[in-house]
Amino acid sequence: MKFLRDTWLVFQRQMQLLLRNPVWVAVGIIQPMFYLLLFAPLMKQALSQGGPMTDEQAYRIFVPGMLVMVALFSAFSGFGIIAELRAGVIERNRVTPVSRVALLLGRSLRDVVQLLFQAVLVTLLAVPFGLRVAVGDALLAYLLIGLMTLLLSSTGYALGLTLRSEDAMAPMLNTVIQPIMLLAGIFLPLTFAPEWLKNVAKANPFKWATDGVRALFAGNPGDDAVWQALAILTPLTVVALIISSRTFAKSVR
Amino acid sequence: MIIETSGLRKSFRSRAGRETKTVEAVRGVDLSVAEGEIFGFLGPNGAGKTTTLRMLATLLEPDGGSAVIAGADLRKEPGEVRRRIGYVAQGGSTWDESTGREELVLHARMYGIGKADAQRRAAEALDTFELSEYADRRCKTYSGGQRRRVDIALGIIHSPKVVFLDEPTTGLDPQSRAHMWGEVRKLREMGMTVFLTTHYLDEADALCDRLAIMDHGQIVAEGTPADLKQEVLGDVVSVNAREVARAADLFGTAEYVRKVETTEQSLRLYVEDGASAIPHVLRTLDAEGVAIEGIELHRPSLDDVFLAKTGRSLRES
Ligand SMILES: Nc1ncnc2c1ncn2[C@@H]1O[C@H](COP(=O)(O)OP(=O)(O)O)[C@@H](O)[C@H]1O
Ligand SMILES: [Mg+2]
Repeated sequence: MKFLRDTWLVFQRQMQLLLRNPVWVAVGIIQPMFYLLLFAPLMKQALSQGGPMTDEQAYRIFVPGMLVMVALFSAFSGFGIIAELRAGVIERNRVTPVSRVALLLGRSLRDVVQLLFQAVLVTLLAVPFGLRVAVGDALLAYLLIGLMTLLLSSTGYALGLTLRSEDAMAPMLNTVIQPIMLLAGIFLPLTFAPEWLKNVAKANPFKWATDGVRALFAGNPGDDAVWQALAILTPLTVVALIISSRTFAKSVR
Repeated sequence: MIIETSGLRKSFRSRAGRETKTVEAVRGVDLSVAEGEIFGFLGPNGAGKTTTLRMLATLLEPDGGSAVIAGADLRKEPGEVRRRIGYVAQGGSTWDESTGREELVLHARMYGIGKADAQRRAAEALDTFELSEYADRRCKTYSGGQRRRVDIALGIIHSPKVVFLDEPTTGLDPQSRAHMWGEVRKLREMGMTVFLTTHYLDEADALCDRLAIMDHGQIVAEGTPADLKQEVLGDVVSVNAREVARAADLFGTAEYVRKVETTEQSLRLYVEDGASAIPHVLRTLDAEGVAIEGIELHRPSLDDVFLAKTGRSLRES
């Protein structure tokens, strides 16, 4: 099938370029390490104010939040596409009969692979600190995070292709991502939040995603939060993929 | 005709502060390009050359008009058009971190070409454009001329019938430009129709079989470089003589002379065909005993044509 072949073609190229630049791989490893080593102990202390807490409990709250945070950063994919736009690569692709959906999906899947690699790494690094999670639960959590990445990276591409300049993109992303991050309860679960803040956070799909991932890391795959997260992320991802592949079809210069 | 367009139009709305301005980039372009020729679009910056090319390459939807390219209708079957054409953008199209060979193989595969065939075509193209030596180095290490040659190789990797080259030599040093002219002629020899744009007069003159002069979104003249120059002014025979005034009188009524101009030391005769006029001129001067110091045939340049059609010089615009 042409679409699958084209997607594989674009994906392969993107992976090749990613692996060629080991700096990114290194950054992807070192960044989560910082959080695990320098921030997690602090958070454990903060969380224990509500009652004594074991390392395992702390990391079960902290690691999912970190995974969601890294997934949120996939929206920065938009900067890469602006560079490609400027180099003339996108226009060169668009002049061929290659599938427009493949141009998007091949790139987004590269982002997903990169993120899943980081996610597995973070999970493994947290094990020595006392994190325990069943393989099945972790895989389901990775599915949620993978969906989030697909959603955010394709949105990032659509934004990049539409705004066409880093200067317009940076403030836009910062103003959107920050409240999303704060309102997702990434570091401190929203259980500590006042009622009104909890209600506002309910409008944030990534709050549901964070809850879902936390439930899985807590060993409760049957928790409502899991199916709710899936039910919210799936349609959003589909819509983002459709909109974004349209921008690939008609982006100008 | 391998390309036929009629009434192609495109305008852009751009925002400057609060006001939105409409720029009519292309205002009704009718063209026909014959198979196997090098067709040129000559015009100053902002004339609408790139916009026209991008419409023909399916990258930009026209506001109006139609075009048939290599037998495929631009509006009804853009996918077919894409398969049959190659397009080389003005600003280049290679990625710094990829090698020339990788770019060529990937691009071929985007046209649905199989892996082995794509690799074979890439090797062939690298050879044709004398890039084999650098094939496996990253594009960021290439010189401007090398990088431009990769762009052209990308444009023809799938053996299109028509290839569009947007300003193939802009920004190149004189030596690379001369080299590039050779490459463009090679494409014609390979059986491709080449449609290029340029704002260099000498390039349009030396390289193109036929050309259209574009200004402010419209075509103001079309033909072979020789015809265009002929049509406007004909040739100029300038004669250096001491008795300019007396010499001028001799040609006032000559049928083959369109116009006579004099300066202090020379006489300028505008004639249809300089080569055949010179013997007549010499005979006339000789018969009347006017001594000459020199005679020169001056063919008008495309700049003279542009000047005649637009009232401006292309060099200045
Ligand atoms: N994407 C665009 N948005 C707004 N204006 C544009 C765009 N592309 C081209 N133009 C304008 O259209 C006109 C023609 O541009 P172009 O086709 O690039 O000319 P040329 O290639 O002959 O230099 C110019 O005035 C240019 O500023
Ligand atoms: Mg241009």
